Amino acid sequence: MSRHVVAKADELEPGASKLVTVNGREIGLFNVKGEYYALANRCPHQGGPMCKGKVGGLVLSDGPGEYRVVRPGEFVKCPWHGWEFDIRTGQSWCDPKSTKVRAFEVTVTPGEELVKGPYVAETFPVSVEENYLVVEI
Amino acid sequence: MNVPVREAKAAKRLAIVDCDIHPAFRKPADLYPFLSERWREHLTTFGEHWRQGLSGQLAYPRMQASGMRIDALPEDGTPAGSDLELMRRQHLDPNGVECGMLVSLSRGGMEERNLDFACALSRAVNDWQLEAWIMKEPRLRAGIVVPQEEAAFAASEIERRAGDPRFVQVIMSPRASDPIGHRRYWPIYQAAERANRPIGLHSAGYSGGHPSTGAGWPTYYIEEHYSFMTSLQDVMTTLVFEGVFERFPKLKVVLIEGGFTWVPSHCWRMDKHWERMRKEVPHLKRPPSEYVREHFWYTTQPVEEPEKPEHLADLIGWIGWDRLLFSTDYPHWDFDDPRFAFKIALDEQQKAKVFRDNAKSLYGLK
Repeated sequence: MSRHVVAKADELEPGASKLVTVNGREIGLFNVKGEYYALANRCPHQGGPMCKGKVGGLVLSDGPGEYRVVRPGEFVKCPWHGWEFDIRTGQSWCDPKSTKVRAFEVTVTPGEELVKGPYVAETFPVSVEENYLVVEI
Repeated sequence: MNVPVREAKAAKRLAIVDCDIHPAFRKPADLYPFLSERWREHLTTFGEHWRQGLSGQLAYPRMQASGMRIDALPEDGTPAGSDLELMRRQHLDPNGVECGMLVSLSRGGMEERNLDFACALSRAVNDWQLEAWIMKEPRLRAGIVVPQEEAAFAASEIERRAGDPRFVQVIMSPRASDPIGHRRYWPIYQAAERANRPIGLHSAGYSGGHPSTGAGWPTYYIEEHYSFMTSLQDVMTTLVFEGVFERFPKLKVVLIEGGFTWVPSHCWRMDKHWERMRKEVPHLKRPPSEYVREHFWYTTQPVEEPEKPEHLADLIGWIGWDRLLFSTDYPHWDFDDPRFAFKIALDEQQKAKVFRDNAKSLYGLK
């Protein structure tokens, strides 16, 4: 496991997402209501580029004719077949037991701490004044 | 997804034939160069008049991107399936597609009520397939799109393209105004048999007022989508019992995107009825299942997934490993990726047949 600085914290607004490449692997970063998450950009169903899908909530129903939208902004929907995954855990909504997208831990780390290391910055310049998103992979 | 890695792997994998790719127009005017002034003017003045209530839009709105893969939408805002470069980059290259069959569903005249206009559209869309796709990308093959309601013209269009090997099959709507075993459509089968081209039947569109299911008009898209399967079951039934294969013994039929696991049980039932009721159809000389075994092929997408995956192998065994044609349905939302489509392991021979050789021999691909 190594730590990679992947973005500045303030470039990802709540509700936004960003695709980054770490060690040749594509990872989608998400800001869900101020919390940061990272998922592999590869849908466990058929390998679709999952993080390019739409982010939204779940439509639930207690019976025909009734419906409600819950947890808006917490699910990403694969752009191929529309499978929905919980951004916080990577778990599939329809098949949570056997289908899970790989989730990575993201931390917000002040530049001050980062310049001390150890971390893998690749080509990313880090300054002391700002906060950064660091993915552990 | 890491595309360069997939490309490198693709080179080592079995080259495949994709039997269902949907091309689209970038803009409506793409078709103008292939229409005469008379029909260009008609199109711009009156538009199209489809065999459904809602012209120019989907009767069943779909869950995302109008039923397209979101990543297949070109960045310039043109429709999915309209950008050859993107199709190459996203599908043909990384998936190792050696040959891809174009199934052009839009504006081919299959759905047009004005039959003269339908004929003009048919010819135009066939010319467009050559100009916009086949001449630029030799891996692709065209289908002769015909307006089935005007069978005499359809037959002449088949004859007109018969000498051109870039056209590998005939595409007509399986949801015609009458069940397609009806004699009014026989000139099409006669021409297809003579031209040695299979008839490709892809469920889409609506049959001029008839509900898309035997139970009536469905409410939801999820409900309507199943009718792809049942409407092709009806197509098989009508073609068999009307005696089409007695009359045209060399005719070949490809059922596209209608599933295939239903075929064995459908045949059991037809055979059982035929044993008891065949006096009504004395023109049938053999049990229905024999015509089916001889005349039908099936594209795979979306590959069905029984609870116990091994049951799929049994079903395919009953249908025949030589009858399945791999397809992706690119760029539609229910696209099958060749790497993941089958949940069972196919042996090398089965893989070669389903992913490549069956299509090559059926369509006579070099």
